[in-house]
Amino acid sequence: MTHTPHRLEVENISVAYGDKTVLQNLSFQVPHGARIAVVGPNGAGKSTLFKALVGLLPLQSGQIVIHGKTLGHHKDCVAYIPQREEVDWRFPVTVNDVVMMGRFNTRGWFARPNRDDREVVKRSLEEMKISELSYVSISDLSGGQQQRVFLARAIAQEPHILLMDEPFNGVDVTTQEATINLLDHLRARQVTAIISTHDLNLAATRFETVLLINKTLVAYGPAQEVLTQENLLKAFGSSLLIMENGSMLVDECCEPE
Amino acid sequence: MVFLELFLKPLNYAFMQRGILAGTMVGILCAVMGTYVVLRGMAFLGDALAHAIMPGVALAYLLGGNLLIGALIAAAAIALGIGYFSRQGTIKEDTAIGILFAAALSLGVAMISSIRSYAVDLSHIMFGNVLGVSTADLWLTFGLGFLVLLTVLLLYRPFMVISFDPVLAATLRMPAELLRNIMLLLLALTVVISLQTVGVGLAAAMLVTPAATAYLLSRRLAPMMFISAAIGAISSLVGLYLSYYLNIVSGSAIVLTATAIFMLVFLVKRGKR
Repeated sequence: MTHTPHRLEVENISVAYGDKTVLQNLSFQVPHGARIAVVGPNGAGKSTLFKALVGLLPLQSGQIVIHGKTLGHHKDCVAYIPQREEVDWRFPVTVNDVVMMGRFNTRGWFARPNRDDREVVKRSLEEMKISELSYVSISDLSGGQQQRVFLARAIAQEPHILLMDEPFNGVDVTTQEATINLLDHLRARQVTAIISTHDLNLAATRFETVLLINKTLVAYGPAQEVLTQENLLKAFGSSLLIMENGSMLVDECCEPE
Repeated sequence: MVFLELFLKPLNYAFMQRGILAGTMVGILCAVMGTYVVLRGMAFLGDALAHAIMPGVALAYLLGGNLLIGALIAAAAIALGIGYFSRQGTIKEDTAIGILFAAALSLGVAMISSIRSYAVDLSHIMFGNVLGVSTADLWLTFGLGFLVLLTVLLLYRPFMVISFDPVLAATLRMPAELLRNIMLLLLALTVVISLQTVGVGLAAAMLVTPAATAYLLSRRLAPMMFISAAIGAISSLVGLYLSYYLNIVSGSAIVLTATAIFMLVFLVKRGKR
């Protein structure tokens, strides 16, 4: 077991979608075991950031360093749960099969799952409270159950860093609670968790550190310092409504002008 | 007793023995690769690959060389060519395939039609000529066949991940591009091996129908592959016997058998609801 701290360092990265630059000159560091909420308006580049972190999108410039090495040197380090799973829901796999896929990197792609793998998968299913669904086809699951399967798979990967893109969006209460419990368990295990959300209240109450972005860094630090009127105005612009009594309302519909 | 006699009679002939062995191997091979074809929506691609090897076969035929070798070269070229074109982005993959394979087929037919006996030869290439399987062909079929099956076994998990969840494949840093190209090459190899039993025109059917039937009968990938292989083998066997007794082209008999099995399973499943 390595004892070096698991740091994530994003150094001045720029990411583009075709010829449109979505992220520009973004830099921040995440220490080992931190729990970060990534917030920002629609189109801010939250999903793009996550995709860049797992290597799904190339960097136009800058670099991403995970415990001292650039991306590509850490096969089993980062687990990622996208906003909408782009999987083939009619593929002939059961819940157990899907979660087991999370173990495919531990000993190379050719090795058959061994007892350790089966143990980890079993525990992951228990943690997400879907053990009784082990042998169900994924096409027979509800939306919330599907989400929990992918969460279980992410846990089964035993990652150092977990990325979740809007995990609280449109899921049932059971799944929301399961996700929050998971985050607590991960904190206990010193797994770094980076979650994007549009729920500013959730960010303020459940996360010590907040990363506020809008195509570039707006603010990064403790929730109290980041979620100020000034910063929110900078990030959300015209989507932000400041009321007379000082409370603020964010309109989530469109990209701010 | 009559049944047994009917079963044993064709086996007296060496060419039938070879034909049955080749046919069964091809049935299994197409069915196994067919699992990926059905799950990944590659039916059109499979059909295109089969047609596109025509120029290679035609050239080998005209030069008096081994048809399978000619087909192999053309198939590898087309498979990688399709992989290349589908990455460019200016034309849809569907369109690129349509254009390429029609051109290749036309080229092949043009070359073959330059010989006098072309109608018969063309029919054999398009729809199979299982009676013409030589011992050398049989060895090649089994050798290449086992190569394909072994690769599928080895790459079972990576193939499953890239087919089911490309995002996970990227997260796990699997070489998705390389794996996809290997799959295309395996498909090309399968089509080439199928040349003699089902021919170029019907190889696509053997890639799709048994696997489609298996999909109705299984909930997991590995069982689906096994059931698919079994159906492929049975269709080939029954089809070949039908071809012998009814004196019809082997390829069509095999495909019709496979389709009949599919219909049966489909209706039974429907009825159960």
